[in-house]
Formats: sequence, C-alpha cells, structure tokens
Amino acid sequence: MENLDQFRKDTKAWLEENCPPEMRKPMGPGDVVWGGRNCKFPHPDAKLWLERMGEKGWTCPTWPKEYGGGGLSFDENKILQEELMAIKARPALSSFGIWMLGPALLEFASEEQKKKYIPEIVKGEIRWCQGYSEPGSGSDLASLKTKAEDKGDHFVVNGQKVWTSYADDCDMIFTLVRTGPQEPKHDGISFLLIDMDQPGVTTKPIKLISGKSPFCETFFDNAVVPKENLVSDLNKGWDVAKRLLQHERNMIAGMGLGGAGSAKKKKDQAITSGMATMAKTYAGEEDGKLANSSLRQKIASFDINSHAFSLTMRRASEESKSSNSGPSPASSMFKYYGSESNKLRYELMLEAMGTKALGWEGEGFGPAELAITREWLRTKANSIEGGTSEVQLNIIAKRVLDLPQ
Amino acid sequence: MSLVLNEEQIFLKDSAKKFASEKTPTTHFREVRDSEIENCYDEKIWQEMVSLGWTGILVPEEYGGSNFGVAGISSILEELGRTLTPSPLFSTAVVGVSLIKHAKEEIKKEILSKVVQEGLRLCFAIEESNHHDPLKISCKAEKDGDNFKISGEKSFVIDGGFADKIVIACRTSGEEGNKEGLSLFILDANSEGLAIMPTKMVDSRNAANMKFENVTVSANMLIGEEDNAFDLINSVLDISRAAISAEMLGSALQAYEITLDYLKEREQFGSKIGSFQALQHRAAIMFSELELCKSCVLESITAFDEGSNDSERLASLSKAKVGEVFHLVSNESVQMHGGIGVTDEYDIGLYLKRARVAEQIFGNSDFHKNRYAELTGY
Repeated sequence: MENLDQFRKDTKAWLEENCPPEMRKPMGPGDVVWGGRNCKFPHPDAKLWLERMGEKGWTCPTWPKEYGGGGLSFDENKILQEELMAIKARPALSSFGIWMLGPALLEFASEEQKKKYIPEIVKGEIRWCQGYSEPGSGSDLASLKTKAEDKGDHFVVNGQKVWTSYADDCDMIFTLVRTGPQEPKHDGISFLLIDMDQPGVTTKPIKLISGKSPFCETFFDNAVVPKENLVSDLNKGWDVAKRLLQHERNMIAGMGLGGAGSAKKKKDQAITSGMATMAKTYAGEEDGKLANSSLRQKIASFDINSHAFSLTMRRASEESKSSNSGPSPASSMFKYYGSESNKLRYELMLEAMGTKALGWEGEGFGPAELAITREWLRTKANSIEGGTSEVQLNIIAKRVLDLPQ
Repeated sequence: MSLVLNEEQIFLKDSAKKFASEKTPTTHFREVRDSEIENCYDEKIWQEMVSLGWTGILVPEEYGGSNFGVAGISSILEELGRTLTPSPLFSTAVVGVSLIKHAKEEIKKEILSKVVQEGLRLCFAIEESNHHDPLKISCKAEKDGDNFKISGEKSFVIDGGFADKIVIACRTSGEEGNKEGLSLFILDANSEGLAIMPTKMVDSRNAANMKFENVTVSANMLIGEEDNAFDLINSVLDISRAAISAEMLGSALQAYEITLDYLKEREQFGSKIGSFQALQHRAAIMFSELELCKSCVLESITAFDEGSNDSERLASLSKAKVGEVFHLVSNESVQMHGGIGVTDEYDIGLYLKRARVAEQIFGNSDFHKNRYAELTGY
C-alpha cells in the first residue's frame, strides 16, 4: 500500500509537469491522435503529449518494459488511469495497435517481431489496420480466400479485404490469408503483417449510412511480404485471429459503458444520469421528474442495465487480476451486451430529442445534435463488427455454456 | 464496495451450500408442502439454522450474535434460494433483527438473545395494499396514557402467520402518503384484539393478513422515534431488498442450471435440443443477464457493511434487475422444458411460483425502477 501511495504521488507530480494545458481540454471529434508515419496532430501540444507518454511507455501502461511498455501492475495502472481522469487528460494515443494487435503479438509473436513492432505501437510510430473480413466472408470469417503463396524468401498476396478501418490512413495491415488451400478451412489460415506502402496494396473508402467513411476496401495485387512477417506458425493463424478478436470484442464492449452507473457516488454529490438530463432539456420536466413517464421508465431501465453492466466489467477485471488470464470466451458476453446497449443508448437519445435528432446538415441544428444523428447511424454497426451479436451468442452457447453442436 | 466476497463470507456461503444440498434439497420443500405442517417450514430445520448461528449474523456480538453483516446473511440466503428452502430466516434474521436493533436497550437485549438462542420468530407488518408502498400507511396508533392503541389492517406480512413477535409500522400522526408521522412498535402475536389470518401463497410459503382492533402496546415497545420512523423503515427495507435479491439470484441460477442440463439431455428430431440455435441464443442471453445480476447483488449486499452512501440506489438497482431477470428465467425455463415443465413432478415450476411471490416482496421491478430514477435525479 505504501508503495502505491508513493506511486500515486509520483504519478500526480509527473502528470502535472508533463501534461500540456491544451491536452486537458475536452476533445472534439477531430482531436483523436492515431499515430502513424503521416500522423496528423490537432495541436502542437498533442505531439508533445504523445512523445512524453510514449517515452514513459504509458500509452500502453501494462505492457512489459523491455518492449517499451510502462511495465505497470494492475493496481498501478488503475492509479494512473484515475490520475489521468482527475486532470481530464486526453488519451495521448488511440490505435488498433494498442487495443488489438499489440496484445496478440505479445502472446504469439517471436522475440524479434516483438522487439521490432511493440515499441513502434507504444510510441505511435506505425498506424495499423485490420485485414479480416472479405466480401464473401463476414460472419463465416474462416472461409476467407485472400491467398498468400510461398515464393522462397517471401509471400505473394492476392485478394480483397473489406471493412478495414481507416485503411487509407494506415501504414501496416495485420491480415488473415489462406496458405493451406487443401487444409480444412480453419487449419489453412496464416497471420501476416503487411506493409501497405507498396504498389501491390490499394485502398478505397466505403461510404456508410452515416455519410462518413471510416472503413475501406483493401486490395492485394501481387503484394510482396517478407517471410519474417509471418506471426506464429504457417497455417496457425486462426489461433492468433481468435485471440485478437477477443481483444477487439473487449474494446467494442467498452462502448456500452457510461450512463448513471459508471459514476461512483462521491460524498455530498448527487448522481445524475446524462441521458435523463438530456431528456429533460428536450422533452421537458415536471417537479424535477422527466415529464414523459414512458420515456422516463425506458431511461431508468437503460440506466439500471448500464449500471449493472459497468459493475460486471469491473467484477471481471477484479477477478482476472488474480488469475492474470486475459480475455476469455466470456468476452463475447461483454461484446454482445455492450454493443446492444450502445445501440439502445442512441435510440433513446433520438426518442428524447425528437425531431432535433433528425437533422442531416446545415441550419436549424447544433453541431452536437448533428453529431448525435451521425453517431446513431454509426452504432448500428456495433452489433455487426467484431462478430455479430448472433455470432457472440453462438460462442457463449458453445464455449461457455457447453451446449451441443 | 466489493465485487468479490471475503473469506468469512465464502465460508458462510459454502456451509449454507452444504446444508441446502444435504438437509434441504427441493425434496425437503415438497415434503413440507405436502405434509400437514401448517406453518410451511420444518421446525427441526429451523432449529438447526439457529444452532449454526444464522439468526445471529446481523446481531451485534454483545447480544450474542456474530455481526457477520448483510453480505454474510445474504450469501447464506443465496444458497438456500437454490433449493427453495422454506424457513423464517429472511423475515427473522434480516428484516426483524434489523428493526429490533433500534428498540429500547432492555427490549432489544431480550428479543435479540432469544432470536439468537431459541429462534424466536419475527415478522414485519407494513403493507396495506396490493402493491408495495411504504408511504401508504393508514393503520393508526393512538396515545393512551403510557400505552398506544393500534387499529387497522395489514396484508402480505411475510411469515406472519406463525411469528412470535410482530413489528408494525403505523401512523401516530399525519395522513396516508406523508413521510412524517410514522412509528414502529413491537407486538406479541397473541395480543388481545389482534386477529391473524395466515394466507398460503402460490409458492407454498405463508404470509398473513392481520386485523388490529384497539390492540394495546406499551410505549416502551416503540422502535426509534415516535412520528419519525420513515428513514429507519427505509434503511431496513433496503437491507431486506438487497438480501432478498440474493435469495432470488440463487433461485434464478438454479432454475437456469436445471434448464441448461435439460437442454443437453433431451432429444427431439434426432438431436439434443440444446443444439438448436433458437434455444441456444435464449440460453446465452439468460447467462449474460445472470452475470449482471451477480454483480448487482454483490455490490448491494456489501454496500451496507462498508458504509456506502449509495446503498439506497444499489438496493433498488439489485431488486429491479434481479426481479426482472428471475421473471425472465422462470418463464424461459418452463418453456424450454416443454410439457414436463408444467407438471408438478418437475421442480422447474416451483421456481416459477416462487419467482412471482419474491418479485413482490418490498417492491417489484417497476417500483424500484421508479425509485432508482428518483434517486438519480429524474
């Protein structure tokens, strides 16, 4: 305990000195720092903040020090996150390298690969995207056809990926490819790290119902990949893929957090519900209560489920603290519940805001209102990406409940 | 608040699990139900619970109890809920003891030591309508020298049919709906002017309707302050709501596990029915909902012992969520069993019956959603 108190003191002092004032202001949608060779910083302070956090390894606080991570324990990381929250610090770096690829590399990659790729992720030098789904392989991911042929010291890759997030801004893509066309479908897949800066790789953005294009199609036309970019053994990529999907599911599950429950009640401080406060503004209140009683009931149900869900995320993290086991098949439960909950959150916001939530662009609507409309449409993909809700329920039924095939 | 149990609580839970599987499996519930025993539980089993110290878990050590806390007694109730063990443990050791703790010193000493040593049975007469409402109290207590005279009616008094002592919430001033003017008194079950009509409920447990006609009680039997009992009532109700949620969680988990086993065993169309996706998804949804319930129960039962200032909201969170999920699980379990699910021979229907009664105890999900919203500022 004494060490932790000291750690908190040191952390507080370091953050006070090193977190630039500009990085303690609320973030707008364009303020996320994704890193990469062509990283765009919204402000010079964002660059400084990333350099300082990256140097300390605190962009990936619990990763091992030998690969540039922070080397913090569970409890130390908790303190760091609390102190970051206390000064309202922006995340120094957001990336699929941190959330998805890094943890899988730490588990499956060779020593050389870890030494090369992990520090780049920690410092935000390389921006990664995910090459999993294909036009013909959605929920049935293992039927993928993009093939990699062995050419001695390198592979040649041909095929097409889809739903590659931000691929047009990324440097590298972690890709599932077929290397054993004769093998049963799960046993002929390998996990390749492919540099996108070559003529054999091209991307094309996909326009979504939200009007935005966060996803791309990515085409491989005789792309060349050195042999040392194979992670784990040839045809053993499915094990890496599954593990990485669990990390992805945990990340998406986190979006289901928020609402009245996630805030712990502090002394002399009333708890409020963000959703209810918004609903009061748009739908009116009477004697401190939401005027529309049916909406009030729905929001109460939502807040209760959201509270219960955040407690369950916390319980899982406390339970895994001792076993140190990382994500399990139960992460499908979090993915299922979190993504459904996030969709419901936006449906309720629409209901609360009425026609104010239905603007597309231009006059008559505030920027926050327009953003909610777009985000509502974006959430429809939450229960599709990273494995549909139906796929998650299949996984729970088979892997957790052990129901017959 | 803690989301994991400590060693002491785990020990209590394990010994209750052993007790329930050895002494009170559901066959025990059936024996009591189908016997001539009127009070809906087995006196011998009750005395064994007493000798294990379970009635003293919320009782301070100076009165002979162990003071193991709300999380301790709730962990026991969860395990007893798994086998639908009938006993007055909840009404006595949770609700009754939490009320009596605030009685006058000598009264407290006498009653609590009897609860701990002899298993004196307590109950709480609060409800007056078909739906839980702690403000809807019109039962009157009028001052008469050093005494009070109580008149009015109470309903749905859990385990009230065969209790030894009754704690009653009545109005010493004000009108129905007022927070002010409520008082609590301790009465003997054999008081003159008191008529107790046991009601056998659908879950084969007893509740009671009570009629009070000028029942005389000494002012010494007042719990807490005259006219000012609302906060005390509320805090005892919250402890009770958290504890009954734990019992309901135990029952819901058991009903779900019985059903899961059945899905793995029953064959139709040449396959185990658990291989059908229509059933798999519903089972997976129940699993997820029950995981959420476990967290709510743990958070709420530890809140009291750890002095949380959010215990009211957590009690409502727990009762609302667990009530809703037990409702879902009890219905789904019967449906997934098919025809045998509606036979008396199979246990699954027993859980359905228990679910509906337990849902109503001290507020159903709707009541607690409303309260959660109020406590959250809307």
